[in-house]
Amino acid sequence: MSRLSSRARPGHLTRVTLERRLRRLAGLICGLLLCTVLAGCGSSDAGPAGAGSSKATGAAGSPGSASAGADLSGTLTVFAAASLTTTFTDLAKEFETDHPGSKIRLSFAGSSDLVTQISEGAPADVFASADNANMSKLETASLLAAGPTNFASNVLTIAVPPDNPADIGSFKDLGRSGVKVVVCAPQVPCGAAAAKVEQVTGTEVKPVSEESSVTDVLGKVSSGEADAGLVYVTDAKGAGNKVTAIDFPEAATAVNTYPIATVAGSTHKELAAAFIALVTGPAGQRVLLAAGFGKP
Amino acid sequence: MHGAGKAPAAITIPLWIWVVAAAGGLFILLPLAAMVTRVNWPQFVPLITSGPSLTALGLSLRTSAVSTVLCIVLGVPLALVLARGQFPGQRLLRSLVLLPLVLPPVVGGIALLYTFGRRGLLGSSLSVLGIQIAFSTTAVVLAQTFVALPFLVLSLEGSLRSAGTRYESAAATLGAGPGTVLRRVTLPLVLPGLASGAVLAFARSLGEFGATLTFAGSLEGVTRTLPLEIYLQRETDPDTAVALSLVLVVIAVAIVGLTFRRTAPKLLNSGGTRDA
Repeated sequence: MSRLSSRARPGHLTRVTLERRLRRLAGLICGLLLCTVLAGCGSSDAGPAGAGSSKATGAAGSPGSASAGADLSGTLTVFAAASLTTTFTDLAKEFETDHPGSKIRLSFAGSSDLVTQISEGAPADVFASADNANMSKLETASLLAAGPTNFASNVLTIAVPPDNPADIGSFKDLGRSGVKVVVCAPQVPCGAAAAKVEQVTGTEVKPVSEESSVTDVLGKVSSGEADAGLVYVTDAKGAGNKVTAIDFPEAATAVNTYPIATVAGSTHKELAAAFIALVTGPAGQRVLLAAGFGKP
Repeated sequence: MHGAGKAPAAITIPLWIWVVAAAGGLFILLPLAAMVTRVNWPQFVPLITSGPSLTALGLSLRTSAVSTVLCIVLGVPLALVLARGQFPGQRLLRSLVLLPLVLPPVVGGIALLYTFGRRGLLGSSLSVLGIQIAFSTTAVVLAQTFVALPFLVLSLEGSLRSAGTRYESAAATLGAGPGTVLRRVTLPLVLPGLASGAVLAFARSLGEFGATLTFAGSLEGVTRTLPLEIYLQRETDPDTAVALSLVLVVIAVAIVGLTFRRTAPKLLNSGGTRDA
């Protein structure tokens, strides 16, 4: 009996202190959680003001950055639309050769993903969008250092598997029943363009799938799952012999323009201006045209 | 007695472990809390009850239910064979069955595409028979079953192993045939494991995204499940995306709660034999 109680007492004591410690720890965690939540709210309140002030400094600094160019070293982070993967990788290499000491970090994703990331404070210096709508989102949020410059354009084409199983020859053929057509969802730029072409041609396409990105559309065609897909000329060209592109004249009614701009929070504005100059200049245009892009 | 029996087990954990554990817990909870702060509460109900949202939720629940049934039908025999059977290559089979657990779902989607797709291994024969799987709700169910099956097999196999074979041997000695032993002894014994495995499989099916996107496509009411709807809405309507994400989180929390409430007492009971 006495042995039992003497064994139980220290255990009991430790339990009490442990409980006390736990309670203190729980309090600490709650406090931490509250702090973070409050800090989160605070920062989102301060967000527009901070962005506004950095825009002001950006605007003040940009005239100088265009003419200057003495010391172009450092790491430049470029956020670019996924469709620019090949061309921008080439141009970044060219830039690094032209400017020893500079390094370009590239991040490719859907334009709206990149806009979300930049709005949430991702450290981008330059943003190249696949459409004006996404660029305007940053512009209206005062997250650009200067107005965007258009540097390329892209139009839709019909991608079919090499053997063209559904015998597609024109845009109207996509409206035939039984043809498995894959398009982008209207929420994404390539889908908006597809909807516009449908409207202009009066062809009602009943897609078997509305994908979130043009690469998913291309994947469904190159794997032979779909009979046809609406993708950009550059995507079809980039896929090589996996798909055959069937151009159609009505594509000209829905031209996608690609704008590029320096992000307000950039700490390398001169380097950013130099990269944008390369993309919009003759060297950049040569690379872009070779990949199938049109003039802006 | 009762207190002395429990307390020593608790105080063996050093305080710093509690601190790191708290950090680990925060790491999971904080992003969820951060998401809740972004919910547009005044519009929350209209956002989650809009046509496309409800269609996607309905499709997700329906396909996940079918996938769970498929997981049970295929997973129970698989778990039995792995836990009770003895055959060459058993260990290899076990590792391979668990593969979808560690594979990126996109890879699963590509693999399914090359199996059931129009030009796939089985797909080309199926399309001769007039069966088209790609871009159909069937494709969604296949993708979900593929990723969820290991959860059920793993959970059930663990239950089978910890339950042991004593009762089964006893029943067999008393003259029960293999079918009777399975029906009357084995399955009732592992029912909690089967239930939690099924709930986990349902949850995994509900969250399936990568394989569905790669294999099934995305069309409202046919293949666009809730995660795909969230992914798409995020492009233009972040408020809807966040609201629907919260719906998925709530469902997931409910599922986890359900699983633990169901299995925790059973686990304690099986562990109780050691105390006694």
